[in-house]
Amino acid sequence: MPMTDTTQRSATISVLVDNESGVLARVIGLFSGRGYNIDSLTVAPVDQEGRLSRINVVTSGTAMVIEQIKAQLDRLVPVHRVADLTKDGPHVARELALVKVIGTGEKRVEALRIADTFRARVVDTTMQSFVFELTGAPDKIDAFIELMRDLGLAEVSRSGVAALARATRVI
Amino acid sequence: MSAAQSQAGQAQSGAEILLRALKDQGVEVVFGYPGGAVLPIYDALFNQNAIRHILVRHEQAAVHAAEGYARSTGKVGCVLVTSGPGATNAVTGLVDALMDSIPIVCLTGQVPTHLIGNDAFQEADTTGITRPATKHNYLVKRPEDLARVVHEAFYVARSGRPGPVVIDLPKDILIGPAPYTEATVQHASYRPRTEPDPDQIARAVALLKQAKRPMVYTGGGVINAGPEAAAALTAFVRATGFPITQTLMGLGAYPASDPQFLGMLGMHGTYEANLAMHGCDVMLAIGARFDDRVTGRLNAFSPDSRKIHIDIDGSSINKNVPVEVPIIADAGRALEALLAAWNADPRQTDKPALTAWWRQIDQWREKQSLRFTQDPTKGAIIKPQHAIRRLYEISRELGRDTYITTEVGQHQMWAAQHFPFEKPNRWMTSGGLGTMGYGLPAAMGVQIAHPDALVIDIAGEASILMNIQEMGTLAQYRLPVKVFILNNQYMGMVRQWQELLHGSRYSESYSTALPDFIKLADSFHAKGLRAESVDQLDDVIREMLACPTAVIADIAVDQAENCFPMIPSGAAHNEMLLGPEHGATSAGVTDAGLALV
Ligand SMILES: Cc1cc2nc3c(=O)[nH]c(=O)nc-3n(C[C@H](O)[C@H](O)[C@H](O)COP(=O)(O)OP(=O)(O)OC[C@H]3O[C@@H](n4cnc5c(N)ncnc54)[C@H](O)[C@@H]3O)c2cc1C
Ligand SMILES: Cc1ncc(C[n+]2csc(CCOP(=O)(O)OP(=O)(O)O)c2C)c(N)n1
Ligand SMILES: [Mg+2]
Repeated sequence: MPMTDTTQRSATISVLVDNESGVLARVIGLFSGRGYNIDSLTVAPVDQEGRLSRINVVTSGTAMVIEQIKAQLDRLVPVHRVADLTKDGPHVARELALVKVIGTGEKRVEALRIADTFRARVVDTTMQSFVFELTGAPDKIDAFIELMRDLGLAEVSRSGVAALARATRVI
Repeated sequence: MSAAQSQAGQAQSGAEILLRALKDQGVEVVFGYPGGAVLPIYDALFNQNAIRHILVRHEQAAVHAAEGYARSTGKVGCVLVTSGPGATNAVTGLVDALMDSIPIVCLTGQVPTHLIGNDAFQEADTTGITRPATKHNYLVKRPEDLARVVHEAFYVARSGRPGPVVIDLPKDILIGPAPYTEATVQHASYRPRTEPDPDQIARAVALLKQAKRPMVYTGGGVINAGPEAAAALTAFVRATGFPITQTLMGLGAYPASDPQFLGMLGMHGTYEANLAMHGCDVMLAIGARFDDRVTGRLNAFSPDSRKIHIDIDGSSINKNVPVEVPIIADAGRALEALLAAWNADPRQTDKPALTAWWRQIDQWREKQSLRFTQDPTKGAIIKPQHAIRRLYEISRELGRDTYITTEVGQHQMWAAQHFPFEKPNRWMTSGGLGTMGYGLPAAMGVQIAHPDALVIDIAGEASILMNIQEMGTLAQYRLPVKVFILNNQYMGMVRQWQELLHGSRYSESYSTALPDFIKLADSFHAKGLRAESVDQLDDVIREMLACPTAVIADIAVDQAENCFPMIPSGAAHNEMLLGPEHGATSAGVTDAGLALV
């Protein structure tokens, strides 16, 4: 029975909420108050009038905990819909990162070369530094940052995960 | 166009619009306490007669009173408090209502919008503080939102799984003009589901029909679902012939005198209820949330049963205990569907298996796990269980509609064990939060709702002091509430845990320097009575019940008495401790169990 499964899984959950004050605090408070993990969180308005926001949260837990997280989110008054993108079918998840690398000489050249293979763009440059912009799945960004560590990695800013179901499915 | 808008040039103030919306929501009583930020509302109250204001003596009590009012009527309880300390004082009551699923709308004053965030006088971040203390909360920032928010708040409070809702009202919104809008029924995102899925009902009936050792376990959700749900439960359980047990919060939804009722289950539940839960093969849970006080050690909870769970809140299902047939629905609607499907299903139940199951249950019953011995000789010390039994028997002789509230502790458990209820909405107790000080204000709210009923707060001498100031409210409104104190001069429940689990180290659990409750009653214009030995008990109870005013009856009871049966934290249902009547043993509690509450 899946409910009794004790293995941990990661889940990308998308939540459509009224874009009203306090709604993000409600969602975050729910996670902290009930001791759930937040590995990543993004939020922004997604309709034309700016009335609805989409919150994407990456979390982890046993099957029972993840079902509980969804049920808890679903009962918040300003929540319209909750979807478990990981469970409901294939989905795409993308994140944007800005990565600052400081260095000169051989390391600087190597950083640029790796950035190129990752299709990272240079969005700022000085004689001592680059800021790379990179989008992709979170593990691709992790891999890029890992490679930059020895090449003068100075600072990272990540957007958190935006995610959609593949094909015609919508939440 | 509404009447307010048509009165040209006579725009109504926010406070007037607020009261109009309350009236349209059917509010007849508000429990409140004034202060600077809500003075415009008090102005508006002054000029009308439709809504009655009950002035409490502490804002926590306002919320508990509204809870008592709500639980005994099925209506939404309404509270009005000022900003800052008024709002923070209300927080315990709000969490209490949240835990026990009680519908409350609490209006809190707030500093004017332009001062919010300024550390203004009596400013508190009320929506921030009450976010995890409520089902939902609102801060009204624009006059045009006011009426809609009030309507919405009542809808949210009473629908789905009921709960407390806060509306934070900045003073400028209350003073300035505001438009009125009628209540709308639909909510864009919040739409609780009430109708059961017929396929799941069919699966449930199929499971129940072939059960050999069935058990029905119901909770506060059946009370929330209203008297029709209790009637449907009774009809269904009688149709099946199955045994039924109830949680502390569920008592009264099924007549306690019925032989199919096994009493309360859980930490202080009966032997037969707990063993039947442990041994059943099909469990039907309705409006109950598998609380830790009910399940004991989770991995040993009813290990061999297939479980059906009906609950209006999806997050209650599969939270602690995985179930096979989840049914998200209102308990009443689901029970009606179950009964119809049960009657329509041609399959027979397994009669020989059910007979054997009842024979087993009757053997457990013979243990008489609630038994106690009262020494009847003159001058003998009163057993607390006996005091409650006599209270029940003597009040029943009067034939009056009787409502019981409690404080928190041993007396609360003895009340649950020894004061049976035949009807729902007659039993008000703080279950989830376990708030000492709940009972007196709750009784006040019940008496306001039912002026002619007999309302008794079964109290402990420690708990009663937590909201004793409400004796003043009883006097002001001439509310004849009876406070029946089982005075064991201990925080008995704490003392019991210390005795059984902490090597009898009675650290700080002695009730010393108690007031003279007779003089205390007297100074609050109430009647004070005392019984010190068993021969005085009946007379005191009779005098208390006959008294037209509020009464405090101080009943001296056995200080050493413990509440049994008891399933220590972390133990399983079949590891229950029985009392001295059954040769009590000391608790074999594990370290892991000791860490639990
Ligand atoms: C000192 C002390 C000792 C205690 N000992 C015990 C004990 O021995 N036994 C015991 O049972 N309790 C005990 N309690 C109480 C315990 O802590 C819980 O409060 C109680 O068990 C919960 O009851 P419940 O499961 O009925 O849930 P409630 O808190 O009443 O919750 C109601 C459930 O029903 C659902 N619901 C609400 N409305 C509806 C509806 N219309 N239709 C369907 N479902 C609905 C809700 O979503 C929720 O899941 C004790 C408390 C104290 C303070
Ligand atoms: C506000 C609050 N503080 C502390 C507790 C912990 N507590 C639970 S029962 C209890 C003792 C209650 O004593 P009393 O009212 O005399 O009842 P008794 O158990 O003696 O019947 C205490 C301190 C609580 N439940 N509520
Ligand atoms: Mg006591």
